[in-house]
Amino acid sequence: MTADAGAGRVSVLRMGEILIAAIQQELTDESALALQSDLTEMAAAGARGVVIEISGVEIVDSFLARVLSEIAAATNMLAGRTVVAGMRPSVAITLVEMGLSLRGLETARSLEDAMALFQGQAGR
Amino acid sequence: MSLDEVTRLEIGSDVQIAGARQAVREAAVAAGFSLVEQTKIVTAASELARNTLVHGGGGHMELAVVENSGGRAIRLTFTDDGPGIPDVDAALSDGYSTGNGLGLGLGGARRLVQEFTIDSRPGGGTTVTAVAWSRTAQRVPR
Repeated sequence: MTADAGAGRVSVLRMGEILIAAIQQELTDESALALQSDLTEMAAAGARGVVIEISGVEIVDSFLARVLSEIAAATNMLAGRTVVAGMRPSVAITLVEMGLSLRGLETARSLEDAMALFQGQAGR
Repeated sequence: MSLDEVTRLEIGSDVQIAGARQAVREAAVAAGFSLVEQTKIVTAASELARNTLVHGGGGHMELAVVENSGGRAIRLTFTDDGPGIPDVDAALSDGYSTGNGLGLGLGGARRLVQEFTIDSRPGGGTTVTAVAWSRTAQRVPR
């Protein structure tokens, strides 16, 4: 199952009860908001987790940080959890210096580590 | 991009914010900035470009590589003819937001650069200048 991926749009893949979005390119604000709405809709249709892979993302500014936090807030309300995987060290350093925190978000070093967080976790 | 050359980009849409980020990244790479230095100045540019668009109603960015005896820097100037910032100190404080961000845009951008100035008057538009010096970039002998 894949959400429609138009130009600049991030595809969302479903693996069982886990939704996976791999952001491979710089997002415009519009495509970040489209991802938020796709993920929230798909999570509402049934998911216990969302993994957002951001190793291809060169910068996270306050706008994208807010979008990621809101995705996590919506997923948490739907009884799931959101994991951000693969953040570049340079991005993490910059977020800390800016004073931004990704509230409500769990992080993992890689997509594989993120998926491992869901293994062994019984279904609802 | 050579020294003292000023590149001017319009900031009128979110695609142009992405374009501004790309231009700043290319300039930072060419100037010899480290990866972390590149990431900081590009992130600051993204915050300031969005402010220009969202709060200033659009405007432009000027990008220049500057040098002095101490080293090399990227200077970004964002100008709009919008409503201006009524209280600059408040706008720089964390949590202040009139838009859709986290209220950390201006203050966050200021923490990512070494020099930061805001010139704004109510009704008179806003100019924000941010300068990031590189520790790694070598000054080019001329």
